[in-house]
Amino acid sequence: MLSRYRVIDLADDRGIFCGRVLGDLGADVVKVEPPSGDPARRFGPFFNDDPGPENSLFWQAYATSRRGVTLDIEQAAGRDLLLRLARSADFLVESFRPGFLDSLGLGYEDLRIVNPHLIYVSITPFGQDGPYRDYVATDLTGNALGGFMYLTGDADRPPVRVSIPQFWSLGGAAAAAGAMIALHQRTLTGRGQHVDVSCQQAMARTLAHAPQFWFMEGTVLERSGPFRAVGGGRKMRVNWECADGYVNFLQPGGKTGGGTMKALCHWMEEEGFGEPLLSGTDFGEFGFGQMPDDILEAMHQGLGRFFLARTKRYLAEGALERRILLYPVNDPADVLEYPQLVARGFFREMEAPDGSAMKVPGPWIRSSAGPLATARRAPRIGEHNDEVYVALGLTLEDLKGLRHGGVI
Amino acid sequence: MTGIFEGINVLDFCWVAVGPMTTRYFSDFGATVVRVESQNRPDVIRSGLPFADGRAGVNRSGYWVNYNGGKLGLTLNMAHPDARQVAFELATGWADVVAENFTPGTLEKWGLGYEEVAKANPGVVMFSASMMGRGGPYASQPGFGPVLTAISGHTHFTGWPDRIPVSPYGAYTDFVIPHLAVAAIIGALDQRRETGQGQHLDLSQLEASLQFLAPAILDYTVNGRVGGRDGNRDPAMAPHGAYPCAGNERWCAIACATDEQWASLAALMGQADLIGDQRFASLRARKSNEDALDQIVGAWTVRRKAQEVMALCQNEGIPAGVVETCEDLFADPQLRERDHFAIIAHPEMGNYSTEANCFRLSETRPDYRRAPLLGEHTEYVLRQLLGMSQERFDALAGDRALD
Repeated sequence: MLSRYRVIDLADDRGIFCGRVLGDLGADVVKVEPPSGDPARRFGPFFNDDPGPENSLFWQAYATSRRGVTLDIEQAAGRDLLLRLARSADFLVESFRPGFLDSLGLGYEDLRIVNPHLIYVSITPFGQDGPYRDYVATDLTGNALGGFMYLTGDADRPPVRVSIPQFWSLGGAAAAAGAMIALHQRTLTGRGQHVDVSCQQAMARTLAHAPQFWFMEGTVLERSGPFRAVGGGRKMRVNWECADGYVNFLQPGGKTGGGTMKALCHWMEEEGFGEPLLSGTDFGEFGFGQMPDDILEAMHQGLGRFFLARTKRYLAEGALERRILLYPVNDPADVLEYPQLVARGFFREMEAPDGSAMKVPGPWIRSSAGPLATARRAPRIGEHNDEVYVALGLTLEDLKGLRHGGVI
Repeated sequence: MTGIFEGINVLDFCWVAVGPMTTRYFSDFGATVVRVESQNRPDVIRSGLPFADGRAGVNRSGYWVNYNGGKLGLTLNMAHPDARQVAFELATGWADVVAENFTPGTLEKWGLGYEEVAKANPGVVMFSASMMGRGGPYASQPGFGPVLTAISGHTHFTGWPDRIPVSPYGAYTDFVIPHLAVAAIIGALDQRRETGQGQHLDLSQLEASLQFLAPAILDYTVNGRVGGRDGNRDPAMAPHGAYPCAGNERWCAIACATDEQWASLAALMGQADLIGDQRFASLRARKSNEDALDQIVGAWTVRRKAQEVMALCQNEGIPAGVVETCEDLFADPQLRERDHFAIIAHPEMGNYSTEANCFRLSETRPDYRRAPLLGEHTEYVLRQLLGMSQERFDALAGDRALD
């Protein structure tokens, strides 16, 4: 899809997701990392729990769909080489702190002179301007300032993040969208532009209707653990314990909720877990969470007993057959075996750091026109130095000199 | 202003969140986006809270308007064969992009499947998002966004290790996907300029969501580690948590990624003696004594306002951030500088707020416009955009095909 475009990717762990998205759509993404290796290579988990720049599974997961070269852009010779790379590129993606590349003479204003077609994408926690532009951030503090944490977690403990970092990936995905909008504009004007991404804003756009509750009603929504607040201080359970883990079941109310509860009560009766109060109730009469207290309580008790006696797979498969809105709370082992993903052939094999094969997630979108890109594992440090720099017009002799000088 | 997508026509059958959020990027930047609904079956989140002045109504939901700004409202009664014919004419004679996120099979049932539309309009880019993707045993399983975090594993990784997992707020995965979708649709339009050919894009929301957990998936496939939720702790940083601050439910997140940041924090807390304390001398030591560490940090934060804790830490280069409520987001000076919330006038709702895009483009500005009333532009779309005669329009309306 994007095979005629070249991306120069300077982004580290904070912006690594953007190049992944563009590469997955077929762009030729050249990751430019310091000769000592990209900071993203320091992030765990590690292959066989053995830390090392080629063993980072964070890198292996997110640096795919790219070629890789090394370059010390803080040396004059390295800076010059980056300018040469940028001259023929369509996109440049970076995630340094605001102003850093400007200080090297590699900022947007410098690059647009070298290549007016270039789309220059900057991914930072808060954006290029504003009172927080120089604030330092991690995934956790970004989740906090993006409004996500306050809404998530058990009510009697501190608010939480997702234990697998999300903040930078959200920003990276937003950057890819912004970059593509800029590309579309370039087809009209012939000119590139600067795309300035705020990860904080990307996080703040995951909050569903919660901001509207404040703006329209002055209501601050609170976190409610494995429950969903349904008004009047009442809560309906979302996540339930079962025999070997957890399942997700939220009685949706209205007609849909009536149907799903009828099927569930019938199933419970079949298996000796019938509850007369529940079986005798038409849940279709109640809006979301609007059943009387005693029925809500009976639902929590009765369903809880049934789920606790059954495994998540048993419940999920039975629910599917009966069209009940119940789903497994999958862990990664469950995900690998999830029948839908298996049937679609989602997971694929990729070369692991030691040359063996490892299973990795497949593409996030498919096209009737065929594969959007050739699967490509994450590059080793400097793996494509020769091919990329020679194509740029350098000789092997030049490369030797650059290597000697620690530039590549 | 002239939007950069001017001349791009999007026929938008999307509903709820993933689809409408995706197509809003096109209306923000000037495409003509026709949002297809039905008077009989309006988009379910038109009945989603909160409502303007607390009064329910199809044109009063703050949830709905946020994702549908700048679109034209068309109602078609798709149970009526003439309405399906109109939709087919729009898809084949007018649209560059057809977007939908129904359960797979719905569009086909209406004679609007990709194969049929592309026969008459080979350049069409059709975008289909669904919970599970097309094909496979669960393709038609019903469900909404909030359950997908359970299936993807996000829920498994959220909460405390000694407790039942909690779900990330709302329909989290719905909101991580639209940016991917936008990139792919624009890519398909770009390819079409070269080849004249459109394509059908099939996005499984489950598969897209899993990209955001990819390192954890590899930890399992490579190392056999299932992994789990760990509150706010992090294997490579300590202290690392949301610490209580002065006031009710006020918290500040602090994360020390290096020994230097920890030393700065100890000094900031007026407890420089902790720097030499063997319990906290290295990351490994701090991880081994993390309960004690959290106690110490929490005892310092709890006497201060969250905003003050953040400012003090940031002054010393320590990552820190207030755990912002939605009220805080509206007052956040950085988000204000970025114009994160735009205020839009609406004939029934008064002013509502809508979320801005999270990227700024140096050469163009999005145009945030109000969301349509249900069916507001039915006549305009059919008469002006499709060029339908008044006679045919009246006949369709009389026959309730436009309900």
